[in-house]
Amino acid sequence: MQLFDLEAQGLRALNATLHEQAGISNQTQWEVMNPRGSHAIAVGLDAPIEVNVKGSTGYYCAGMNQQATVHVHGSAGPGVAENMMSGTVIVEGDASQYAGATGHGGTLVIKGNASSRCGISMKGIDIIVHGNIGHMSAFMAQSGNLVVCGDAGDALGDSLYEARLFVRGSVKSLGADCIEKEMRPEHLELLAELLERGGCDAKPDEFKRYGSARKLYNFNIDNAY
Amino acid sequence: MKDDNHGIPRTVPIQSATFSNPINAEIRRAAATGIYDIRGGGAKRRVPHFDDLLFLGASISRYPLEGYREKCETKVTLGTRFAKKPIELEIPITIAGMSFGALSGPAKEALGRGASMAGTSTTTGDGGMTPEERGHSTQLVYQYLPSRYGMNPNDLRKADAIEIVVGQGAKPGGGGMLLGQKISDRVAEMRTLPKGIDQRSACRHPDWTGPDDLEIKILELREITNWEKPIYIKVGGTRPYYDTALAVKAGADVVVLDGMQGGTAATQDVFIEHVGLPTLACIRPAVQALQDLGVHREVQLVVSGGIRTGADVAKAMALGADAVSIGTAAMVAIGDNDPKWEEEYQKLGSTTGAYDDWHEGQDPAGITTQEAKLASRLDPVEAGRRLRNYLSVMTLEAQTIARACGHNHLHNLEPEDLCALTMEAAAMAKVPLAGTDWYPGKPGF
Repeated sequence: MQLFDLEAQGLRALNATLHEQAGISNQTQWEVMNPRGSHAIAVGLDAPIEVNVKGSTGYYCAGMNQQATVHVHGSAGPGVAENMMSGTVIVEGDASQYAGATGHGGTLVIKGNASSRCGISMKGIDIIVHGNIGHMSAFMAQSGNLVVCGDAGDALGDSLYEARLFVRGSVKSLGADCIEKEMRPEHLELLAELLERGGCDAKPDEFKRYGSARKLYNFNIDNAY
Repeated sequence: MKDDNHGIPRTVPIQSATFSNPINAEIRRAAATGIYDIRGGGAKRRVPHFDDLLFLGASISRYPLEGYREKCETKVTLGTRFAKKPIELEIPITIAGMSFGALSGPAKEALGRGASMAGTSTTTGDGGMTPEERGHSTQLVYQYLPSRYGMNPNDLRKADAIEIVVGQGAKPGGGGMLLGQKISDRVAEMRTLPKGIDQRSACRHPDWTGPDDLEIKILELREITNWEKPIYIKVGGTRPYYDTALAVKAGADVVVLDGMQGGTAATQDVFIEHVGLPTLACIRPAVQALQDLGVHREVQLVVSGGIRTGADVAKAMALGADAVSIGTAAMVAIGDNDPKWEEEYQKLGSTTGAYDDWHEGQDPAGITTQEAKLASRLDPVEAGRRLRNYLSVMTLEAQTIARACGHNHLHNLEPEDLCALTMEAAAMAKVPLAGTDWYPGKPGF
């Protein structure tokens, strides 16, 4: 276990040290002490290492992650795991706005609630939220899966493309072009795998599936507000 | 007009200046289709521009440099504020962001080839970085756009600079749309979307909303790229003083300021023609902001939107820009709107010089298309050579003017070298009306 005191050693040293692990995998366990809500913690990682952040983080923790597992033992500020490509990010507490925004791959698990715009413009990432999510989540979501064990706020999946949304609780309102869809066996199977990956004990058949009506896919002036 | 049968003169038919034939034609088109006009390019209306400025040249009070024998430097370094590896360019004319998707693969290659031969940079666009583009561009600026299509940390690290696009001059406050006709398999794959659908690009970034957030976003990008890459912020010309000040506050190395003559791949005509500021009106407020913050020349200013000649380059730099950027002019240089395709432009209901339906993907010149047959019309090697020649001519023209004004570096051009032909240009550029020592708003008058 490699210990890193962020307060004493600074952000630049932390990220530079973690970037140096690319191609070197004999130091795979890292613990970051005293994060104190700092921004851009463990961003741009590209190695199969595990980083445990012992506290809450500011903006963009684990941004653009590749391969690494980043475990936040606290809550995460806006944009956690934004544009993640691969790997896993786990938030023990709550996540602020834009969690998993534009993520291309990997898994983001939020054990508390996520705020607004969770999964905005997601492009292949899988996001599993144990609690609730805020308004405008999965806006223009292109690909990937968003699983919500609690409730969803207003305008879920507005202008959605091909991402799949699974919600167990209530949905305050659906956004433009987002509709409830049939939960077929292949979706239950996929959801079961996602729930297991996210450490959730919820049952797949308790969820509803939402997706794109695909009516906004080609420009039509009659769709203008 | 003949008199009527009784010898009484008839009223001469008068066309309305307000309801002109082109305006009426647009009303009829709108009435028939129910949809606004979408097109590419920048503002076509006449606005105060660099043509409304003149250089004074040297005389007794200024000592000129010999045109061919005395050195007039053109190099520029962008990103000296924070980046470990600033971009060093041989000429202060860069190629603006244009996407693979909006442009064909050969067109992007041609831009890379031409710019590299001239010693300057090209810029990606919405849709990500292609290997061909990276391979043919010795200096490549990677755009960071609201859509984040194709965005990934590996390409970010391959770039020579990062340009965070907040807006562009043709449509400040607007997003984009690439119509399905141009979504080939490859374009669709790069953007993680199905083939053939219209691809919308958001008008706002998904994970930051204001200058305080932007500052943190820049911190993240710098951390990911080891603080090596210069970070540009591109804004459309709207409130140039405040936008420039906020970009500096957010930590930009370079501010790119795009006036309303700057082009787009596609948006509504009403947006292009009625939103934003002319390029000429943007420069002095932006320079003032940099000067007020004590960072003029430390944070470099790149101006774009309607740059066509070496005179335009020199005028922009005299007003305080460190470099300029060209998009439309570069496209024309490699073959856009070439008279040799007139017959085909006619078939598309247009004519040479006016063709702007770039979003339809039927470009006879093979530049704004993803149709393989059309795209193959453009020879990227020859087109690259044409761009290099054009960049070279622009540079020589700007040097000619700078020497005539007594300067041994293009950066030494200054507002005092200029006068204005119109009141509007004098007010916007804050240089005296020709033959006077006055401009509108000048302190003390």
